Amino acid sequence: MTSFLFHRFWQSALVLVVMSFVVYSLIGLMPGDPVDLMITADPKITPEDAARLRELYGLDRPIFERYVNWLGAALSGDFGYSRLYARPVLEVLGPAIVNTVTLLGLSLLLALMIALPAGIAAAYRPYSRLDYSINMIAFAGISVPPFWLALMLIIGFAVILGILPAGGLGTGGDGGIWDNARYLVLPVASLTIASIGGHTRYMRASMIETLRQDYIRTARATGASEMRVVFGHALRNALIPVVTIIALDFGYLFSGALITETIFAWPGMGRLIFDSIMGNDFNLALVALLLATVLTLIGNFLADIAYVWLDPRVSFREADS
Amino acid sequence: MTAAVTTGAGMSTLTARRFLRHRLAVVSACGLALMALAAMAAPLAAALIGADAETVDLFNRFQPPSWQHPLGTDEIGRDVFVRLLYGGRISLFVGLTAALAAAVLGTVIGLFAGYFGGRLDAFLMRFTDGVISLPLLPLLIVLAALDLDKLGLPEALVGSENISLYRIVAIVALVGWTTVARLVRGTALALRERDFVLAAEAQGATAWRIMSAHILPNLASPIIVATTLSVGNVILLESVLSFLGLGIQPPIPSWGNLLTNAQELIWDAPALAFYPGVMIFLTVIAFNFLGDGLQDALDPRATEGKVTQ
Repeated sequence: MTSFLFHRFWQSALVLVVMSFVVYSLIGLMPGDPVDLMITADPKITPEDAARLRELYGLDRPIFERYVNWLGAALSGDFGYSRLYARPVLEVLGPAIVNTVTLLGLSLLLALMIALPAGIAAAYRPYSRLDYSINMIAFAGISVPPFWLALMLIIGFAVILGILPAGGLGTGGDGGIWDNARYLVLPVASLTIASIGGHTRYMRASMIETLRQDYIRTARATGASEMRVVFGHALRNALIPVVTIIALDFGYLFSGALITETIFAWPGMGRLIFDSIMGNDFNLALVALLLATVLTLIGNFLADIAYVWLDPRVSFREADS
Repeated sequence: MTAAVTTGAGMSTLTARRFLRHRLAVVSACGLALMALAAMAAPLAAALIGADAETVDLFNRFQPPSWQHPLGTDEIGRDVFVRLLYGGRISLFVGLTAALAAAVLGTVIGLFAGYFGGRLDAFLMRFTDGVISLPLLPLLIVLAALDLDKLGLPEALVGSENISLYRIVAIVALVGWTTVARLVRGTALALRERDFVLAAEAQGATAWRIMSAHILPNLASPIIVATTLSVGNVILLESVLSFLGLGIQPPIPSWGNLLTNAQELIWDAPALAFYPGVMIFLTVIAFNFLGDGLQDALDPRATEGKVTQ
């Protein structure tokens, strides 16, 4: 177990290092550089000054050398300053992470609470009318553009009904829990709806497969109640592939967060990534992107652990291949 | 006649019959064909109702639907219906080309990994896992924001007015190949050990010939299914990027960037935000049903436990 975790850890670390170099290079390929931005701010800078500044900041160096310098500083805890917020990058990111984790955690929980029972119900009687309807809804959920869904929710609940705020994070009002929670309703709802469809279909497919196994027939033959057959015997095995797929979808969830946060003006990581890329805030964009990668890798890592925990037949070595 | 068909039905007849049994897939196929026709006929439709996609008419902003403007006009008086048709051209074009490009890339990577195996396989699959584990949309946004001059691409390409179109096809293909690659690799790995491949090898066939003549034809069905299913995803990605202002750039209309403007106007003209989204939704769900139906038809073994109505 330890050796597996160890192996997995180093593999993730390697992905992260490669990714950090790729992202660093990509950001270097974005329009302009920090000195260009200074020139825009102060037109009196002469070309000679600009060249001297580039030398000072090491911008005339090869990309790999700059990357190594950045990595060295980053490893000692110095991630630089955010241009947009004029504060150290980590200070900007801290609250954003909390906001994003709240948003993603709540919607993942809600989506699973709806999708797993729906998938099980559909799988219990395949081809029934209930199965058919659940499947249709799931297909619709997969196919709806998430940002459009968010816009429709805003139009419905904020513009027409006027009962929920269109975006932002609770600041006005009485500051009570309900007042703050109102700002979460629409973003969480749109993220939840966007992910229910996929989860339901995974759960359904896996449950149908499991219910066809011999050991389920044996369980029924011993006279176990249907409740016990489905939830006591089948569920645990049926969950195995579902858990893996959901954890692998973590990156997808992050994409959803980016869209949702941008539309609802929710001050989280997704919106920060978008704003920093659009606003040429190189330091912030770099760290925020890498943090998103780290969170995704942690999700995958947890999936591996859950996989083995749910299915003792799988040795850790197998789970790795 | 009927007896002859039922007894002596060939492979393709059986496949076609299985596909036709999936009613939603048939309806989707027809709907998509209709949509493609309408998109291609966009200039015709524009001429017919005497409006085009770009004419600004500030005296007729936010018009309600009428005979002259079937879906009304937008914030600067352009015809919404005609712009939707033109947007459909872009979205369908991007969806199909990017999905195809991704499929080709994935097939090549998967074939190499599966056929050659060993270290190459290990490396390519770790690489694929790495790409899958990345936060997709943030990465796409970075790729969409790159300065093409710094990449050293030819001026004729960078300066082209369709550059946003080419760029989006390229970046979606660049991140979208993983599903097909894994699929192809898995099947190629199994096919590699089969007798007909070993026989070809014994005859001295080159690796290239074995891959293209013996393995690839056996992979056609799963690749077709996966590609069809991915078209919907690609259209969603394109619309998201265009919506965020990073995909197809105005004045070229796409369903995604039509929604960008609409977002700012949801308090004044909610209907503008409605139509493009419905078009994306219908197209994507149609491609999903079509892919589902093709899977039933081409790969009956994988369809047990699926709703086929």
